[in-house]
Amino acid sequence: MTAYAADVAALARKDLRLELRARDTLPAMLLFVLSTLVVFHFALPRGSGGAAAYGLLWVALVFTALLGLARAWVPEREGGVLDGLVLAPCDRSAIWLGKACATLAFLVAAEAVALPAFALFFAPLDLTALAGVGLADLGICAVGSLVSAMAAASRTRELILPLLFLPLAIPLVVGGVGASIAAEGGRYLLFLALYDGVFSILSWASFEYVVTE
Amino acid sequence: MITAREVEKRYGTTRALRAVSFELATGGCLLVTGPNGSGKTTLLRLLAGLATPTRGRLEVRAERSRLGYLGHEPLLYRDLTALENLELYGRLYRVPERRERAGMLLERFGLWEARNARVGSFSRGMTQRLALCRTLLHEPDLLVLDEPFSALDDAAASLLDGELATLAGRRTVVLSTHDPGRVLALATARLALA
Repeated sequence: MTAYAADVAALARKDLRLELRARDTLPAMLLFVLSTLVVFHFALPRGSGGAAAYGLLWVALVFTALLGLARAWVPEREGGVLDGLVLAPCDRSAIWLGKACATLAFLVAAEAVALPAFALFFAPLDLTALAGVGLADLGICAVGSLVSAMAAASRTRELILPLLFLPLAIPLVVGGVGASIAAEGGRYLLFLALYDGVFSILSWASFEYVVTE
Repeated sequence: MITAREVEKRYGTTRALRAVSFELATGGCLLVTGPNGSGKTTLLRLLAGLATPTRGRLEVRAERSRLGYLGHEPLLYRDLTALENLELYGRLYRVPERRERAGMLLERFGLWEARNARVGSFSRGMTQRLALCRTLLHEPDLLVLDEPFSALDDAAASLLDGELATLAGRRTVVLSTHDPGRVLALATARLALA
C-alpha cells in the first residue's frame, strides 16, 4: 500500500472508530431516513404512482446525507484537530479522501436499511436504480466532504452547509431520479459517473485551499 | 532557521500582530513575551504555517515534517485514547516504530497508566501533557510552543523544564510564556510584544 493510501485508510478507520464509540451520526441518519419514509408513506396519496415515490426517496436520501455531513467534521473542530492534521506532512487531500470514505460508509449503512424499507412501503428498486444510488453516493460524499469542511470553518456552519451543498446536489438528484424512472436509465448513470469524476477531481485538488489560510 | 522582516497580521480591520522583525539561528531558543492580545499566539501560528502574514516577509527553513507545534488547543481527538491519538499522528508523520516511541513518551510524561483512556476523560493538565507528547513524537527540528506550561502541575512543569534543557542547543525552539523566569536561562533571544 502506498503511503497516500495508508494515510487515507488510517484517517477513515479513525472516523469509523470514533463513530463506533460516540454513536453520534449513524443512529441519527437511520432514524431520520426511516421516519422520513414513514411520513412520505402516509403523506403520498394512494394512486400517486411510483414516479412520485422515487422522487421522495431521493429527497430522503439527500437530506439524510446532509445530516451526516453536518456531523462529519465535528471531531476535528473539537480540540482544534484540523490544525494538527493540516500540519502533518501527509498530502492534505488524504484528509478529504479519508473523510469522504468514512461518510460514504455511513451513508451506505443508512441506505442498507432505507432501501428495503422503501421497497416495503412503495416499490422495489431495479438494478439501474440501485446503480444510480451508488453513483450518487460517491458524488454526495466527494462534494459533501469538501463543502462541509468549508462550512465547519465558519461560525454559521449550520446555515452555510445546506446553502452550499443542496445546489451542488441538484444534478445528483436529477441523475438519480432519471436512473430510477427513465426507460433509458443508462444515460443517467453515465451522467452521474461524469459528475462523480469531475467533482471528485475538483474536490481533491481544492481541499488544500479550504483548510489553509 | 527563521527570518522575520516587518511581519504583520491583520484579520479584517483588526491588527492581531504589530510589525515584528527578528532572526533565530538553528539551535537557538526564542522566548516570546507580552501581555494578552499582544499577538504571541498569532506569531506562533504564523511560524507554524497555520496562518500567513498580511504584510512583511517570514522565512522558516524547516520542512512541515520537521516542525512540532503546541497550541492553545491540544489538537487531539477526544474520543480516541491517548495511545490511539499518538499512533495516528505517528503514522501521518511517518515515525518509525511509532508504537514504541509513543509508549516511551507516555511513560516519560506520566501517562502510561492512562494510555487506553479516552482523551475526553483527561484533566486539563493530562491533556496538556499528552499534547506535549504529540508535539515531540516525531523529534522535530523546530519546536513552536504556545504557553507550554499552562495547566501543568509542578511535577509536569519540572519535567518540561528538563525536556527543554535537553533540547537546548540541539533543536530550535520558539516559545511563548507568561512566566519568562522559568525558561530565561535557556533562551538565546527574547522578543517582547507590546
